[in-house]
Amino acid sequence: MNWGSWQNFVAMGGYGLYVWGSYIVTLVVLVAEIVSLTMRRRGVIERLAKYYAARRRNHETET
Amino acid sequence: MIRALAWVLRRDLLLAFRRRGDVANALVFFVIVVSLFPLGVGPEANQLRNMAPGVLWVAALLACMLSLARLFAPDHQDGTLEQMLLAGEPLVVLVMGKVISHWLVSGLPLVLIAPLLGLQFDLPGNALAVLSVSLLLGTPVLSLIGAVGAALTLGVRGSGVLVALLVLPLFVPVLIFGAGSVGAIVAGTGADAHLLLLVGFLALALVLAPWASAAALRIAME
Amino acid sequence: MSTRKRFSWYYFSSPQSFYPLAGALQPWCAALAVLFCGVGLYISFFVAPTDATQGEAYRIIFIHVAAAWMSMFLYLVMGFWSGVGLVLNTRLSSMVATALAPTGALFTFIALWTGALWGKPTWGTWWVWDARLTSELILLFLYIGFIALQGAIDDQRRADKAGAVLALVGVINVPIIYFSVKWWSTLHQGASVSLTSAPTMAKTMLLGMLIMALGFWMYSIAATLARVRCVILERERHTDWVAAEIDGLA
Repeated sequence: MNWGSWQNFVAMGGYGLYVWGSYIVTLVVLVAEIVSLTMRRRGVIERLAKYYAARRRNHETET
Repeated sequence: MIRALAWVLRRDLLLAFRRRGDVANALVFFVIVVSLFPLGVGPEANQLRNMAPGVLWVAALLACMLSLARLFAPDHQDGTLEQMLLAGEPLVVLVMGKVISHWLVSGLPLVLIAPLLGLQFDLPGNALAVLSVSLLLGTPVLSLIGAVGAALTLGVRGSGVLVALLVLPLFVPVLIFGAGSVGAIVAGTGADAHLLLLVGFLALALVLAPWASAAALRIAME
Repeated sequence: MSTRKRFSWYYFSSPQSFYPLAGALQPWCAALAVLFCGVGLYISFFVAPTDATQGEAYRIIFIHVAAAWMSMFLYLVMGFWSGVGLVLNTRLSSMVATALAPTGALFTFIALWTGALWGKPTWGTWWVWDARLTSELILLFLYIGFIALQGAIDDQRRADKAGAVLALVGVINVPIIYFSVKWWSTLHQGASVSLTSAPTMAKTMLLGMLIMALGFWMYSIAATLARVRCVILERERHTDWVAAEIDGLA
């Protein structure tokens, strides 16, 4: 398939809105999931680090 | 086993009889929802006749949903359910008893009053008969599937809305063939296939749903 | 030999040994996902010719069909791991089922969204009560129900098991719902245009869809592994190995 020009590729034979609407939203959804997973991992590590620090402190004051 | 079933059935029916108001509420809800539709879309007879199967069936699903909260929750709160679990009878039998009494109390009244409401929608006589038969076959399936949802959400916060979320998608096949049978009669094609499929759903739900409910109850009581 | 094999299965069924394995597999799956999706995109935009009847709008089908396959497949996988978790009482299987649900729901959403955008130029409306779209909508409700139920239960073990029962009930219902909706839509619409019965599905088109589906599959595995790792850390925080792991990372 040879599109000829950039404009033709974007226009998608008049269906550009639908085709790009589909592909871009799919991309956005998948990227959003990746970002949310990265943030969740970072949040979990941060939270647990604090949790262990607090536990260690409690331990020291008790003994 | 039969004795345990009869005992649960009698006890639940007696309790329902003592709380007649609750039972009547679900029925009144059904009547009101169905009566609201003509007010919303206008009184044109042809349109109403086309809508009637769907409206009556959807209202029946919602009315059935309303009473699901009472299926296990009161017994869970006062500890009766725990005693039943310890009683040594198979849990499936107890679930069956509760489902049957739930259907007798909340499903059967809908079946009986539906033809009357069908008249409001100008349904012909044979359609009213099919409506009753389809509800008679379909509402037990609703009680059976609903019991699984009620058991899963037992004692969970916000269980009322959650039950609707879990159970309504599972009601879809019953809705399609229940309303479809009445629609088919109105349209002049026979309703036999629809009704037979409803019988099939009932058989399947009878075999599988009590086990799933019992499993869910055990999980909830752990 | 057989005892050693069984031993290794059980070895990786413990969260502690699965966690590093998932971490090692995840980048490979992600790389394969990028590769397959890249090839799939290339085929769908530069290899596949313009469709005679639908014009360029049919290029949506490549992601639509792949996402729809994925959404149903992931529900089955979720049901499978739920069943394993319920029968064998392995915590890891339940964690995998929990981790699969959001990705599955996202693919269901993508299938619905692209279906609507494909329907507008092809059928003339955003939404058609077509059997596939309607089943996909109900599948989305099933996913949301699973996520909501697990979210509403505080006790972790109960959340796992209740979710598993729901997923299994859903797995039994999905085919029933699909065939009911299919029967219903043929009754109400007569002959409707079906997505896959396009006149003659060209080989390149099928190839593009398959490769795209492979890419989505790899993506789902990578996303699920990443989520399982988060879930494992959260739930196993009372163990020493998680404490050591966090100390190493923070």
